[in-house]
Amino acid sequence: MSTAAAVRGTPTGSAILPDRGGLSGALSDIFWRRPKLLLFLMLLPPVLWLGIVYLGSLFALLLQSFFSIDEFSGLINRQFTFKTYGELLLPSNLDIIVRTVVMAALVTIASAIVAFPIAYYAARYARGRWKALFYIGIMLPLWSSYLVKIYAWKLILAKEGILTWFFGKLHLLWLIDAWLSLPIVGGNSLSVSFTGTFIVFVYVWLPFMILPVQASLERVPTNLVEASSDLGATPGQTFRNVLFPLALPGIVAGSIFTFSLTLGDYIIPQIIGTSRLFIGQAVYAHQGTAGNIPLAAAFTVVPIVVMGFYLWGAKRMGAFDAL
Amino acid sequence: MRSDHPSAPLGLKIAAGAGLLFLHVPLLLIFVYAFTTEEKSYQWPPPGLTTQWFAVTWNRPDVWQALGLSVQVAAISTLIAIVLGTLCAAAISSTKFFGRETISLLVILPIALPGIITGIALRSAFSLAEIPFSMWTIILGHATFCVVVVYNNAVARFRRISGSLVEASMDLGADGFQTFRHVILPNIGTALVAGGMLAFALSFDEVIVTTFTAGQQQTLPIWMLEELVRPRQRPVTNVVAMIVVLVTLLPIFAAYYLTRDGDQIAGSGK
Repeated sequence: MSTAAAVRGTPTGSAILPDRGGLSGALSDIFWRRPKLLLFLMLLPPVLWLGIVYLGSLFALLLQSFFSIDEFSGLINRQFTFKTYGELLLPSNLDIIVRTVVMAALVTIASAIVAFPIAYYAARYARGRWKALFYIGIMLPLWSSYLVKIYAWKLILAKEGILTWFFGKLHLLWLIDAWLSLPIVGGNSLSVSFTGTFIVFVYVWLPFMILPVQASLERVPTNLVEASSDLGATPGQTFRNVLFPLALPGIVAGSIFTFSLTLGDYIIPQIIGTSRLFIGQAVYAHQGTAGNIPLAAAFTVVPIVVMGFYLWGAKRMGAFDAL
Repeated sequence: MRSDHPSAPLGLKIAAGAGLLFLHVPLLLIFVYAFTTEEKSYQWPPPGLTTQWFAVTWNRPDVWQALGLSVQVAAISTLIAIVLGTLCAAAISSTKFFGRETISLLVILPIALPGIITGIALRSAFSLAEIPFSMWTIILGHATFCVVVVYNNAVARFRRISGSLVEASMDLGADGFQTFRHVILPNIGTALVAGGMLAFALSFDEVIVTTFTAGQQQTLPIWMLEELVRPRQRPVTNVVAMIVVLVTLLPIFAAYYLTRDGDQIAGSGK
């Protein structure tokens, strides 16, 4: 109907059609003759937006990390200096960085271990309705509200909460108490210990690990696993020598998310955790009440650099094909 | 064939099942707590059940205000993201040009880098440019990271539209706009709606960037964050948490049904 109406004029028998009438026709002809112009016009709005709003802000932030703060007046001294980066190496600040990176690494490893069976089952065994159920079952927690998820864990880990009740029913309360009396990982209750922080991090980022691992496992041909067992490998050997190497790009792809998200988060350790800071909290504290934007900016460079190396390594392992 | 292996080893079943339970039980607990009669603590099991907190929450103007702002911000950010994300996806998938990889990286960057970096970068840019905080500064931040969601969905769909469809339309005499209106748009429509819904859900839930780009305004997540840091009205927070779970679930189900034929395998959630 509409395409018929679009044919203007009669066929001329010539390869050159007459110009279309009207503004839209003329524009359309111009774009057809000069596809580069159309491409340019299509790219202009998104590139302008992201270039100005995002890259511009990032650049402004980086610039400020080379400023320093005057200790006496508290004013920002706009002179190029590496002094602020030097402050990062103070023991107290170095502590924060090491703590965050170790936490990110532990969270990544734990997520991979918990994610693998779910991903493997979904990729290999779940069919039809079960497949859809698994898909929804992973997407729902992924897209559920981040704060609500943290809130749920606050309810669970609270001293009067469900976890204490559950262990009490099993007469295992001594187990929690023993764990909490350990140095570093322990604390007054689970909701103010690093253990709590760790559990919540794993919970919140787990779906980001499952999806790429599942995607990489979907691509493993079933007969490869069968061939391995036909050739006499035990399930453990098949996992080590066949499945794991093939799933590794997916695991690395997932770890980009778990690692990066843990590095930058400041809300989870603030709500469930100890008073010892993570990078995100340090950034927040320095830019907020302290007004020390240069140091906050220098702190944000740490995750950028760590992630830069991480992405570089991940790219070499072929993780980006698994995304 | 895969159907030769109907059942998984027991250990795998248990591990996968336990993993799924770990993912879902906390969310289910939220629903129970919304009905508890306990006001002062997070006591389990709940001493009694009641629906009175729904009425209390309904009459809270601060909750309504936060909700209203969140919906406005999410709606406007989603519109901006749909326009920018579709343009970008169309350009990236239609032609190969110099700098193509760079542009797709630029789109993904706001979500690949930790949110706190986006947040503090925007905040320091606003203060350098002396832009006062308002609803629009929140939108500026949200639209930036929502683009990638629409972009991902649109790129996946553009890849599946064969180029010959567009050529056929042009050969039959339609001009560029008519081809867009009658051939391309119907084909990418559901992907755009799905991407838009996910963008809406993303913006509606965003808190990290928002804490840096909001002034006095409270979006719903900011309201919740205040309650999490300094609990004052636990029952109201319980009810709000439950409603937020329900509200974010709807777009996810809808987006799933709109894109389920083939897009979803490679983990389209990011």
